[in-house]
Amino acid sequence: MSIARSLLEMIAQYAPANGRARVKVVRLRIGELAGVIPESLRFCFEVASEGTVAQGAELQIEHVPVMSRCTDCRCDFEVEQYAFICPNCDSPNVELISGNELDVIELEVEEEGCP
Amino acid sequence: MSVITIERKILEKNDEIARQNRARLAEHGILALNMVSSPGSGKTSLIERTLEHLNGKLRIAVIEGDVHTSLDAERIARYRVPVVQIVTQGGCHLDAHLVAEAMAKLDLAHLDLLIIENVGNLVCPANYDLGEAMKVVIISTTEGDDKPLKYPAMFRQAEVLVINKIDLLPYLNCRLDALKQHALQINPALKVFETSCTTGAGIPDWCAWLEAMTRRKSAVPEAPGHGG
Repeated sequence: MSIARSLLEMIAQYAPANGRARVKVVRLRIGELAGVIPESLRFCFEVASEGTVAQGAELQIEHVPVMSRCTDCRCDFEVEQYAFICPNCDSPNVELISGNELDVIELEVEEEGCP
Repeated sequence: MSVITIERKILEKNDEIARQNRARLAEHGILALNMVSSPGSGKTSLIERTLEHLNGKLRIAVIEGDVHTSLDAERIARYRVPVVQIVTQGGCHLDAHLVAEAMAKLDLAHLDLLIIENVGNLVCPANYDLGEAMKVVIISTTEGDDKPLKYPAMFRQAEVLVINKIDLLPYLNCRLDALKQHALQINPALKVFETSCTTGAGIPDWCAWLEAMTRRKSAVPEAPGHGG
């Protein structure tokens, strides 16, 4: 719920302040390691956005897989089953490249009645 | 229809306050731990055992996060260390702002170690940087050996794993080797301790390591090392 609230605070900063504007779509990028269940976020967003410019907006979520880079052999790989071990050289020395994302990308806004 | 580009982190406000917390802690050479676990794994008991061993050797304060009560803070206060209770009123995690407010109630100039007990939850606390030097994840043997696989984000983010309640192993189906293997597969860099807050097993090792880490932190201001 606090993630939904933080998201709405950010939307409020960007959405046009005039009363006729409605946010129709919110595009998000969420990594697999962020621990966010899209359905839960959608539910919380629906509740928290009531009465705001984003009421009824659709959340479009781009899912980002967990990607790592081996610091020994420099190969990049997708982490499956959360096994942070290089499939090329079996090294456990890997750094995370993606998977922790919790980002707002863009809004689609409709301004009703504008010419 | 118009498109407004944002490209920002949803929790950037939290992260900014966490950076400020981290800077304040570094300024005073304080090691801050963010203790995370499921409810009932023994976070408060581990803090109590730690205070028994290190109070007097190190200047320690505790921030207690809880959903509704101040019961844990009352337990900690018996050890005569500064303790600040945060009641989240239903919130399932601490955030950097709550910790900043609690830190303002402490005399940072006279501290070596700050222990922050997060709300019992292995999910949401993974997303919220508090400004700590490290997350310490506590898991008890009664929770089973598959918990790391179920909550990988938390185990990936933690620097330390304390496996508590090892005295109960003879009565459980929990396979200690499998538990460690699952955790290390997610995070091979995890420093692992095995403890029992009931018998005291493993507590001296944990405390000796913690004391060494705290003294190192006090001696050399450390660059922020969070994430991933």
